Amino acid sequence: MFGKLTWNAIPYNEPIPMAAGAAVVIVVAIVLLWITIKGHWPYLWREWITSVDHKRIGVMYCLLALVMLLRGFSDAIMMRSHLAFAAGDGQGYLPPEHYNQIFSAHGVIMIFFTAMPFVIGLMNFVVPLQLGIRDVAFPTLNSVSLWLTASGVLLINASLVIGEFARTGWLAYPPLSELQFSPDVGVDYYLWSLQISGVGTLLSGINLVTTILKMRAPGMTYTRMPVFCWTALASNLLIVAAFPVLTATFALLTLDRYLGFHFFTNDHGGNAMMYLNLIWVWGHPEVYILILPAFGVFSEVVSTFSSKPLFGYRSMILATMCICILSFLVWLHHFFTMGAGADVNGFFGIMTMVIAVPTGVKVFNWMFTMYGGRVRFEVPILWTIGFMVTFVIGGLTGVLMAVPPVDFVLHNSLFLVAHFHNVAIGGVLFGAFAGYTYWFPKAFGFKLHEGLGKAAFWCWLFGFYLAFMPLYVIGLMGATRRMQHYDDMTWQPWMMCAFAGAALILLGIVFQVLQLIVSIRQREQLADISGDPWDGRSLEWATTSPPAVFNFAVMPDVQGEEAYWGIKQRAIELQKLVDEPDYEPIEMPRNSPTGIVSAFFASILGFALIWHIWWLVGVGLAGAYAVFVVFAWRIEDEYIVPAAEVARLDRERRRIRVETILPRGKPV
Amino acid sequence: MSDHGHDEFSDDVAPGDEHGDVLSSLGGYLVGLVLALGLTATSFWVARTHALWGPGVPIGLCVLAIAQMGVHLVFFLHITTGPDNTNNVLALAFGVLIVFLVVVGSLWIMANLNHNMGPMEMPQAEMRHI
Repeated sequence: MFGKLTWNAIPYNEPIPMAAGAAVVIVVAIVLLWITIKGHWPYLWREWITSVDHKRIGVMYCLLALVMLLRGFSDAIMMRSHLAFAAGDGQGYLPPEHYNQIFSAHGVIMIFFTAMPFVIGLMNFVVPLQLGIRDVAFPTLNSVSLWLTASGVLLINASLVIGEFARTGWLAYPPLSELQFSPDVGVDYYLWSLQISGVGTLLSGINLVTTILKMRAPGMTYTRMPVFCWTALASNLLIVAAFPVLTATFALLTLDRYLGFHFFTNDHGGNAMMYLNLIWVWGHPEVYILILPAFGVFSEVVSTFSSKPLFGYRSMILATMCICILSFLVWLHHFFTMGAGADVNGFFGIMTMVIAVPTGVKVFNWMFTMYGGRVRFEVPILWTIGFMVTFVIGGLTGVLMAVPPVDFVLHNSLFLVAHFHNVAIGGVLFGAFAGYTYWFPKAFGFKLHEGLGKAAFWCWLFGFYLAFMPLYVIGLMGATRRMQHYDDMTWQPWMMCAFAGAALILLGIVFQVLQLIVSIRQREQLADISGDPWDGRSLEWATTSPPAVFNFAVMPDVQGEEAYWGIKQRAIELQKLVDEPDYEPIEMPRNSPTGIVSAFFASILGFALIWHIWWLVGVGLAGAYAVFVVFAWRIEDEYIVPAAEVARLDRERRRIRVETILPRGKPV
Repeated sequence: MSDHGHDEFSDDVAPGDEHGDVLSSLGGYLVGLVLALGLTATSFWVARTHALWGPGVPIGLCVLAIAQMGVHLVFFLHITTGPDNTNNVLALAFGVLIVFLVVVGSLWIMANLNHNMGPMEMPQAEMRHI
């Protein structure tokens, strides 16, 4: 009846997962109870859960990422605190079985459920606004993508208290991840949560590529798009090209585990190296899927806060597209040491060094943008400068490891761990935080508290260096990754230092949570009335904060690069806005529960597959198909915003613009 | 929402959305169907008879398969050289490039790994020296 699922699946005798699980359940219960008592359910359902508005979906993606950042960070600080004491006779407090689940879950959560939703959320929110359009190409599909990602999150969190998670590392290499060596459900949780959220990511990629290629405002030619849109295009092209490889690879491993196939097994002609090869065909483009949108954020921020156009706009585009192609030519550097000959290693080593060139072009462009500019040191540019310093160090250690003989010394050491955290935190996460601070007022109509934002930045920056520079050192001394205990007592001071760094990062996170709470409480003082709080240059700043549901009352007419800057300067010069347009009614997509309902059935399907509850698999599949049929047979999917309403909202926007933007005068 | 782009980009249509195009009319699909069936039938015929020199058959089949792909692209997926088709052609080129890199790269890597990591076979002559 319930397949492999029995009461033994709940780890009663392990205090840490039980306590953590209980805490999560209590917090969720309190939140749900609070929503019920306050009667917010109808509002949440109407305005958020069923929303197909790209802005709302973007915000929910970022919220999901922030919540999962807390989960992933709690894994991190457990590992750091454990390793600070698990030296020599000290055994630490995490048993090896549990420690293995923690580092696997940490990697999976941080890449798939923190970094991915964060950058997808930012792209979802910003790209249509920057292109001057009203929504993405397929709004309901967008909602499906979000909820499928949430479904993956649900499954991975369920593994905490029902069953266990994979103990295989974040990429679940066979043969360890095969049934023979991992007979429990951990790897199945891994496979199905990533398959379901992977479908969501792929759909979101298709959606954004279509949006950028087909739906730009009049006059928004390719070479007038903001760099963030270009990096979003490159990133989503990579999603469309790379995620099917991940899906196929996991499908092959699933066949091995469920139907006795032998793609990657040790015996019967299987070859585990094919899994490594394929997973990195996805895995290296994935790195650029994450970092390219972050590069886009930095480009927007550095230009806005230097009060200058971006230096080398066209070279930035060229560099982005070069990275997009080259990212498919370097994947072997993840397994230099696993048997390839000098010719293959040499080729992929050189390609890896080559890909650093367009990245270097970008770094110089950012520096030249700041050079001679009037830099306003607000929080987004602090993250950007922190990134530029940190990322260059991470990039240099990366180029170092691109040399195959060096990699033979450093492979799978803590040096490697330090390197990829150096680029993942210093690049992707700092970029996500810069974007979060930069576009927060656009999303909610008030800025984030600046002092707390600066405090959080400095804690993160110094915390990062304190936590990861020691790992470079002991990595060179021979410490390996995924190590639960070590005997060399000379490593312990470095491990203590790394723990102190993690604690400092924790302080940074506390400041970020405080910042959010304080900002919401002080939203009157922090209000962004003008809709253009940073003196921005691209079209998202042309509309109100938060934007009306239709974003733009009339489609902006783009005359050149930096679409909004031109419009704004003309208005300031003439001391009047462009003439009031003729307002027309606007068709907008209707909200739809398709996303949440299909994700509900996808979660059931995933859970049933993990536990081999075959009748429930049928229920999940039938339900998901029924949702699709109901959606396909819908009759009305649009509603009309009347012209009078459009006119009222836009006249209000124009009145505020006249009051706030025109007096600004010309910049020097 | 889905069609607000139509007013601004009148010549910018989505695949499958073409109007009055010869290739997308019923006739076009029929021509495509006949060609596709003809190529399929030819490949079966080539494999069964001795019309081609024996070792040349696989090459002949490859040629027919590539022609088949071309027919599908032109008649069913409407990849043409028209002005609006730049996106579709670029997307196809990107896809082909990535598939090429992945397939050729994987074959090269796996062959190299097999070569380097295969079972150690020592020739008799070397055995004697040990």
